[in-house]
Amino acid sequence: MKLEEVQQLLPVNIYNNLKHKIKEYKLSGKKEETAIDEVVKAYKKAQICPAESIGIIAAQSIGEPGTQMTLNTKHFAGVSEMNVTVGLPRIIEIFGARKASSTPSMKIYLKSPHNKSEKFVRQLSANILEILLKDISKEINVDLLNLQVEVKLDIDEMHNLNVSTKHITNSINESKIKKVEVVEEGDTLLVKLKGETKIQDLFKLKVQLSELFISGIEGITQVLPVRKSEEFVITTAGSNLKEILKIKEVDHIKTITNDVYEISKVLGIEAARTAIIEEVMGVFNEQGLKIDVRHLMLVADVMTTDGLVKGIGRYGVSGEKPSVLARASFEVALKHLFSAAAHKEIDELKGVVENIMINQPIPVGTGFFKLKLKEDKKK
Amino acid sequence: MSEVFFNGVIIGDVENPADFVKRIKEQRRNSNVTTNLNVSYDKALNCVNILTEAGRARRPLIIVENGKSKLTKEIVEDLKKGAMTWKQLISNNIIEYLDAEEEESALIAFDDDELTEEHTHMEIIKTALFGSQSSLAPFAEHNSAGRVMLAAKMLTQGLGIYSTNFNLRLDSDVDMMHYPQRPIVDTVMYKNVKYDNHPVGQNIVIAVMTHEGYNIDDAIIFNKDSVELGLFRSTFFKPFNSEELRYAGGIKDKIEIPDKEVAGYRVEEDYAKLEEDGIIFPEAEIGDDDVLIGKTSPPRFLSGMEEFRVGVESRHESSVAVIKEKGTVDTVIITESEEGNKFVNIRVRQPRIPEIGDKFATRHGQKGVIGLLVPKTDMPFSSEGIVPDIIFSPHSIPSRMTVGQLIEVIGGKVGALQGRYIDGTAFTGESEFDLRKELHTLGFRENGSETLYDGKTGRMFQVKIFIGNIYYMRLKYMVANKYHMRTRGPVQLLTRQPTEGRAKEGGLRLGEMEKDVLVAHGSALLLKERFDSDKSIIPVCRKCGLIAYINQYRNKGVCSVCGDDAPVTFIEMSYAFKLLLDELKSLCIYPKLNVEYKD
Repeated sequence: MKLEEVQQLLPVNIYNNLKHKIKEYKLSGKKEETAIDEVVKAYKKAQICPAESIGIIAAQSIGEPGTQMTLNTKHFAGVSEMNVTVGLPRIIEIFGARKASSTPSMKIYLKSPHNKSEKFVRQLSANILEILLKDISKEINVDLLNLQVEVKLDIDEMHNLNVSTKHITNSINESKIKKVEVVEEGDTLLVKLKGETKIQDLFKLKVQLSELFISGIEGITQVLPVRKSEEFVITTAGSNLKEILKIKEVDHIKTITNDVYEISKVLGIEAARTAIIEEVMGVFNEQGLKIDVRHLMLVADVMTTDGLVKGIGRYGVSGEKPSVLARASFEVALKHLFSAAAHKEIDELKGVVENIMINQPIPVGTGFFKLKLKEDKKK
Repeated sequence: MSEVFFNGVIIGDVENPADFVKRIKEQRRNSNVTTNLNVSYDKALNCVNILTEAGRARRPLIIVENGKSKLTKEIVEDLKKGAMTWKQLISNNIIEYLDAEEEESALIAFDDDELTEEHTHMEIIKTALFGSQSSLAPFAEHNSAGRVMLAAKMLTQGLGIYSTNFNLRLDSDVDMMHYPQRPIVDTVMYKNVKYDNHPVGQNIVIAVMTHEGYNIDDAIIFNKDSVELGLFRSTFFKPFNSEELRYAGGIKDKIEIPDKEVAGYRVEEDYAKLEEDGIIFPEAEIGDDDVLIGKTSPPRFLSGMEEFRVGVESRHESSVAVIKEKGTVDTVIITESEEGNKFVNIRVRQPRIPEIGDKFATRHGQKGVIGLLVPKTDMPFSSEGIVPDIIFSPHSIPSRMTVGQLIEVIGGKVGALQGRYIDGTAFTGESEFDLRKELHTLGFRENGSETLYDGKTGRMFQVKIFIGNIYYMRLKYMVANKYHMRTRGPVQLLTRQPTEGRAKEGGLRLGEMEKDVLVAHGSALLLKERFDSDKSIIPVCRKCGLIAYINQYRNKGVCSVCGDDAPVTFIEMSYAFKLLLDELKSLCIYPKLNVEYKD
């Protein structure tokens, strides 16, 4: 077959890829046609028959290896590893589409000359690490006598992290903490509330101050530069994709976070779909289990199909099924039945669950097709 | 500074906890405080716990001072003579009881040879670290701890003579084994628990080998001839009872052969085995829906009118004990209940001959079910003509590490040949080395293996087979109590779905995950058919979409909303769904069925 002939046949992505590869390997004539034929053959083989119950097959194909997974695996081997949730808890987290990942983590890649320089990588790591006021102070105390909060600064640490007292004062003034007055007194900062001061407010202020963001990038609680073959990669605990991508030297193509929700915010829904597939695949591969990607693609598609990352479960996909009966059979039956009655919902009985409930053939597999015979009324 | 808790309640704090604990212990030994008191210092929580509560697990240990046991030879002599008692041992500070927490701070020597200056206590006997149940496992020190626990559990499930007055008792669902034996290999605990009075197993010959794959995965192969000679034969007793209850108004039940007019009368032959008094006779062979006690009861809903009717006694049949399995009536006892009513007890017995699927176990946590019964002629035999009773799979040994079982086989072999009992007490029993040597002097291979010959071909096996005597227990789980099947049968009143459970002749549930398999295969019609158990044809009104009914006289549909002559279509649905529609109506939800209709 010719390339033009298959344009309509193949999906855009595969077609473009094929075109690109033909160019890359400089194929022509008979060789080109053989290559195209093979691709078409492989594509047709990968297609799924109509009425195949892919949903259940995907569920079983993910669920079965899931039973073999070691629960709650956490590995601490070596210093150069971060503690990241893996195994079943991680899969539940991804499929549940939790907004806050329990162990967010990033892998920051750098652009070409910088990724070879150990010095630069160390410098950058130090710069992006989130520094809170409690990290650079020896003590934060409430002075009840003078109704103020004392912050005893750790001058050595400040010097190490390249933070000046002035910088801290500015941070306090610019922060969300309103109506405060900062007085410098040697290596101690005295923070006073303006106007009438209640003791409870002082304790609140103390907590706010200790969590005050001073420098670095918010959310990055740990950094770890790791050498991976030729280049240096920075692994982090905590994630802030938006701010990290703003750094000029960062390779914005390879840099990645494991927080699916954040990816959907920063890079869009298609990226989130890919992230779901990659993350789940990673968890299974780590345990030596193999799953066909297409099962995960289906799940990821279902989760992201309307532009938002939705979880599998009551507050996500399952809670938004079109059928009243299917929703009622899942969880909290009464809630769904009453709201259905109030909104005069009609159940078209097109799903699997509904038809099992009323004991009718399910519209899947052999039950999908109906023979419609036009009767000849004359006979 | 550490806090002091007395029975879990904080009572103060002390400066020097170690010294404090030491002083309390001294006070206890000087009998100034009760010997029921235990004290311990928890380093991690920095607190001292003093406990006198009931319900702690405590055990006696010999006190050691300056590396010397306080139980001296003289005291042992006194004990033997009876000049000293256990109580004196405790009051004289020779033995004291420690609980689990105080034990943490004690250094306990195993025996005299181990004693050093640092030791605080010594074991009275080495096996004391096992409980009363796990001490019954012989050579337990050669087994992994988990297997000893399993063995202890299985010892409680073994069949034997559970009570010597069993003939007078009416216990529910008990088994009794006919000829339980005392084990050849025992431990000191067997004397203490008077095991001879209630043994739960038999000494049999075991060969560790495979046999045509019928002992894969913990199955065991039995010698059929041994079973027919009475090996592990037991009897199952099941009691039934019925009472002539009294009701308000001076009426009561009557135990009798029910009259044919009585409501709910079965078939005549069901009552055939009842005697004139309505009770079955002892030694009656029963089965297949036979009635054991015939009984009639007054009408259930007694309305005022019925009482004044003359001559009509609308009693209904309420016989008990319709037995489905075969058995024999063992005992019939007619007596009075506490209220003075006539009370009939019947005990049915069933012989239980070992069959495929019955459960057996050794005293080493090696349990298995019978996989095959092989005639003696097909079983392997030794040059002396010894045929094993059980063929046990060798794959059960390596992963479970029950070495004790192998030693028991050697010990059992020696004991059987010498006519003596072998002491298999953990740590102190006869040593493996001595047993092997003794076996060797008896003319056998010291490792217990022998040349066996294939029973079918008569050819010698190429390998030597490990064969010897071991104590096996029959456990109370038998196929006869468990097997179950159903084609058609009773359904629940509410949902019209099959009942649940063996006792109610229930269906076997095709669960959620099994359903998913059929969905995944796309076999829609098979799935529908499988869930057909409560299929029903329901008339539905096309106008309002609610369930209607048919007036049979006029052969016309009636709808409670649309009135007479409603257009009715019959729809096939599961009865459970019809029930759902009814329940929705009770929730004030109008479940309208949009019915497509073609003329």
